[in-house]
Amino acid sequence: MTTRRTTTTLALLLAAGSLGLAGCSTDDAAAEATSTGTPTTAADAVSIQDAWVKAADEGMTAGFGEITNGGEDELTIVAASTGAAAMIELHETAADSSGEMSMTEVEGGFVVPAGDTLILEPGGHHLMLMDLADPIQAGDEVTFTLTFADDSTTELTATVKDFTGAEESYEGDDPDGDHDTEHEDS
Amino acid sequence: MAASDEGARGRSGSTRRQFLLGGAAAGFGAVAALGAEHVLDRPGAAAQDAPVPVHGTETVPFHGVHQAGITTDAQAYATFVALDLHDDVDREALGRLMRILSDDAARLTQGEAALADTEPELAVAPARLTVTFGFGPRFVERARGAAPSWLHPLPAFEIDRLEPGFSDGDLLLQVTADDQLTVSHATRMLLKDARGFADVRWTQRGFRRAHGSVAPGTTMRNLFGQVDGTANPVPGTADFDEVVWVTEGWMAGGTSAVVRRIHMDLDEWDTVGRAGREQSVGRTQATGAPLTGTREHDEPDFAARTDAGFSVIPEFSHLRRARGVDEGRHDRIFRRGYNYDDAPSGDHVSDAGLIFACFQADVDEQFTPMQRRLAELDLLNRWTTPIGSSVFAIPPGCEPGGFVGDTLLS
Ligand code: HEM
Ligand SMILES: [Cu+2]
Repeated sequence: MTTRRTTTTLALLLAAGSLGLAGCSTDDAAAEATSTGTPTTAADAVSIQDAWVKAADEGMTAGFGEITNGGEDELTIVAASTGAAAMIELHETAADSSGEMSMTEVEGGFVVPAGDTLILEPGGHHLMLMDLADPIQAGDEVTFTLTFADDSTTELTATVKDFTGAEESYEGDDPDGDHDTEHEDS
Repeated sequence: MAASDEGARGRSGSTRRQFLLGGAAAGFGAVAALGAEHVLDRPGAAAQDAPVPVHGTETVPFHGVHQAGITTDAQAYATFVALDLHDDVDREALGRLMRILSDDAARLTQGEAALADTEPELAVAPARLTVTFGFGPRFVERARGAAPSWLHPLPAFEIDRLEPGFSDGDLLLQVTADDQLTVSHATRMLLKDARGFADVRWTQRGFRRAHGSVAPGTTMRNLFGQVDGTANPVPGTADFDEVVWVTEGWMAGGTSAVVRRIHMDLDEWDTVGRAGREQSVGRTQATGAPLTGTREHDEPDFAARTDAGFSVIPEFSHLRRARGVDEGRHDRIFRRGYNYDDAPSGDHVSDAGLIFACFQADVDEQFTPMQRRLAELDLLNRWTTPIGSSVFAIPPGCEPGGFVGDTLLS
């Protein structure tokens, strides 16, 4: 029988989600820094896990994942780009003054405190992909480049998944007919 | 993204990982997380508040030469789902589909939430979850692969009363675990990810004894009360390897699955006495011993005769017929079936049977001659009726970074 018993939940979790989604640094300085053991750039300090993108035929969609800052300084993601979409904005979903949930661009980018993990998830922070070049289909892989405040960059690959949860609708496709005015799609 | 009236989700500052750790760190969860034997390592601690052993954290590796869920000591619960591919799903799309489903299975079987899992809390107790994928004839055709010669529906047998709603299919998911909630969650997650590619054709749910009810390794009982599975080849032996694994082409390390839904008329079976029941199989109901022996694993003596000159293990018995004794054969398959028990209708008090699932290297060579013999003569047929039937190619397992079906699709 090929069963093993995990002894701690921690071990299980540490093994989690490492299916080829880890961010990889494209920054030379960062690579050097690794060898000395002291991260000097945000790209070197960051690791990304469980990245995924909601499948969409056209228009807009969103990207999610877990961004961990393993460094000793706060890091800020100021921009993201991908060949799959003309533009990416850094968004959060939050209740507005009327109590309605709506999405807004995060001023100054996504901040991840040292040692912390920022969860990008439906209904929360996310990468807003706008003006898709081609349909993004379930099972595709989408590559992103994240740019940090210190100009270092990281590439990551995200798996595309069909997703209907958390009222993630971008094109007025929700059943109430409530159109999303914030992200009008042409 | 549309404005949501769902309300704030209390997610501020908490991460999924922290959530899980938080759960594990509190009270009973901590005991669960440590695992029973770990706790028992420290006699002092164990003596005071003896922990209830928790087996939900047990995992079966997903990656490997063979897919899991075949040699895996059969878990308590199974859901078999067959899917029909959408017309526009081509070879390229099949690759995307199998990459996603393999990723889901790789995570869920190790107790991790799938990507985009809306109920990650349900993934924390894998309970030996395995997910086994099988390809029907049309899947291999769409993949433009070389179909194994045996990958086709079985020939029609006279005993069959097949219902399309329980037969055939392009893609099989065999989801098995020792926890029904785990099976449900995993199945749903897989189906959500398959939805863009395929529709559910049929679903069959089955069960065996619950984990821990009887000693590990105890042969299962079916709802006739019979010990069922005694003569199976034993995983890990050369004999098993020869019976089960395909050795060539993209299927090397794979096998075939036959899944037949066989209704068992328990109401009629009730009217049959012990002796009649035992004659119909050739084994005792109490221990599963052959009628010529005393213990379950005693070798049957097919030559033994009664004083009146009849075979002790009758010519019409399931055991004798399945094996092919009187044809001078000894055909072999590996059975890994599950019981089903649906809601009865009319004046019946049960609607039950067997999700007969078996694995063998070659359906035409191993399974079909056996089924043909049983269809011709087998006293058990009086109480059993095949109502569903399908054949799938079970591709080999995959390595980390690969996906199930990659030998066919990439
Ligand atoms: C509801 C239907 C069935 C019931 C209740 C049933 C029950 C049993 C029982 C009680 C045994 C004896 C113990 C054992 O070795 O497992 C047995 C043996 C066996 N059965 Fe079945 N069975 C069913 C259908 C089938 C079918 C459809 C096949 C294959 C076509 C099959 C193939 C075998 C084989 C190969 C053996 C072992 C024979 C040997 O000793 O070499 N059975 N079955
Ligand atoms: Cu947005």
